[in-house]
Amino acid sequence: MKTDLITSLYVFMLAGFIGFEVIRRVSPLLHTPLMSLTNALDAIAVVGAILLAGEHKSTLSTVLGTIAIVAATSNVVGGFFITDRMLKMFKASRSPKP
Amino acid sequence: MTSFLSTDLIIEITYLVATALFILSLKWMSSPTTARHGVWAGELGMLLAVAGTLLNRGIVDYKWVAIALVLGTIIGVPLGKVQMTAVPQRTALSHAFGALCVTLVGTAEFYLRAPNVPRFMMSVLSMEVILGSLTFTGSLMAAGKLQEILPQRPITYKGQNIVNLGMLAASVGVAAYLVMHPDHLYLFPIILVIPLLFGVMMIVPIGGADMPTVISLLNSYAGLSAAAMGFVLDSKLLIVAGALDGASGLILSVNMSKAMNRSFSNVLFGAFGQEQVAVKGGQETRAVRSATPEEAAGILAAASKVVIVPGYGMAVAQAQHKVRELYDNLTKRGVDVKFGIHPVAGRMPGHMNVLLAEADIPYDKLLDMDEINGEFPQTDVALIIGANDVTNPAARTDSSSPIFGMPILDVDKARTVMVIKRSMGTGFAGIDNPLYYLDKTLMLFGDAKNFVGAIVRELSGGDGHG
Repeated sequence: MKTDLITSLYVFMLAGFIGFEVIRRVSPLLHTPLMSLTNALDAIAVVGAILLAGEHKSTLSTVLGTIAIVAATSNVVGGFFITDRMLKMFKASRSPKP
Repeated sequence: MTSFLSTDLIIEITYLVATALFILSLKWMSSPTTARHGVWAGELGMLLAVAGTLLNRGIVDYKWVAIALVLGTIIGVPLGKVQMTAVPQRTALSHAFGALCVTLVGTAEFYLRAPNVPRFMMSVLSMEVILGSLTFTGSLMAAGKLQEILPQRPITYKGQNIVNLGMLAASVGVAAYLVMHPDHLYLFPIILVIPLLFGVMMIVPIGGADMPTVISLLNSYAGLSAAAMGFVLDSKLLIVAGALDGASGLILSVNMSKAMNRSFSNVLFGAFGQEQVAVKGGQETRAVRSATPEEAAGILAAASKVVIVPGYGMAVAQAQHKVRELYDNLTKRGVDVKFGIHPVAGRMPGHMNVLLAEADIPYDKLLDMDEINGEFPQTDVALIIGANDVTNPAARTDSSSPIFGMPILDVDKARTVMVIKRSMGTGFAGIDNPLYYLDKTLMLFGDAKNFVGAIVRELSGGDGHG
């Protein structure tokens, strides 16, 4: 348990640093799609909700887990969908006119 | 379990690959040319992780999982199809959904484990639930204000910060007590309810122009609460995803608060909209020069370099497509047209870029404040559409101005400044803009969409043989 906790803290710290380094490089041009993308990725919480609803340990946990899956799935689907829609719109200038 | 590839190992591997794909996904967002790969990587990672999870032998009942997945998809599709102008409220709403998921899972986990919850577990669980529930109501409030269901006007009252901080302190205090005495189950609802209220109270004093900061901050909270959930469930994948989201939200919040010249603590403690300094009443009505669409068209056609500065007013007037026509027309005449975009223009970070990209303006013409500011001295015409405070030179020169020190677009350095504006009303901060009284400034009074449309008609009529 103790070592698990320390490992998790290491993972959190390293992921935080990677996050800062990677996201600092995202052009301000794409900050809106960045936010909808991180939102979709964040909805990986659906994994925890699936276990909760599927393991069926108590009625309360199944009910809460089921609602949680709905909420997270809508973020996954909506988030990726709108991010891709936005990114499709970003086009570079056409090559110099003839 | 004897076989080399046990199910558990396969599940762990899908999580590991998903984690890598998530990091790559964000890395590819660095440039518009690779950004769509980022979405695909994210989707693949998500698919793998969900598929892996479904293999878990602990799952005894797939019925509710399946129903919930389908229902979530049904809700998600329309949320992915909203109009680009509605993206800020959609984003706020999805922060609310994310936070709802985290809060519900945290609540269920508490009641499954109580009363024997180890101290560390109880601490992260409290953090998950407190951050989750305040983000949930806060984001719903933000979405409501952006959608204009709720009054957008900031509502402030005396002692607001004390009330808010008191609520936050109370929930942290109760959580701390629960960490020491997790058998007091009746206390748990308190750390749900107080943060839910706090979320509402936190957004009450927020006005529209503060939304970019608030949305970023809520994004960060949503990420951190998901990371806390990762600690509770001992899921490294969730910790990484939450940390990435938290870092992203934090970076954006810092960017936004810098762009509004607010200290970060000022933002954190929700002291938004506090700067409504009484506008100096009874100001002498100074003369401004105004111009007609014909005159504006003539000046633009004669220019060789034009910088257009869009603000939220452009989005409100739905003028971006007319602006594109203007861009096309001027570009065809050989005029160099660029866009100068302030970080807090619009209602969320990057909002203007998305709206202009939707109107088919090439992204290499969209320059952010630091890139464009050096170009204003060589610019013939700076055309401001629906932006006010972000162009106010008082931020540079007048130390008594409430926005003094805020980085602005140096439009006043252009040879001619044209401002499309409905009337002489003041902007969000309620501050007069000295820009409008300069000799080089022409005020173009009218609705942004109609006015730009009229300029385009002038340009393409007349001698417009492009």
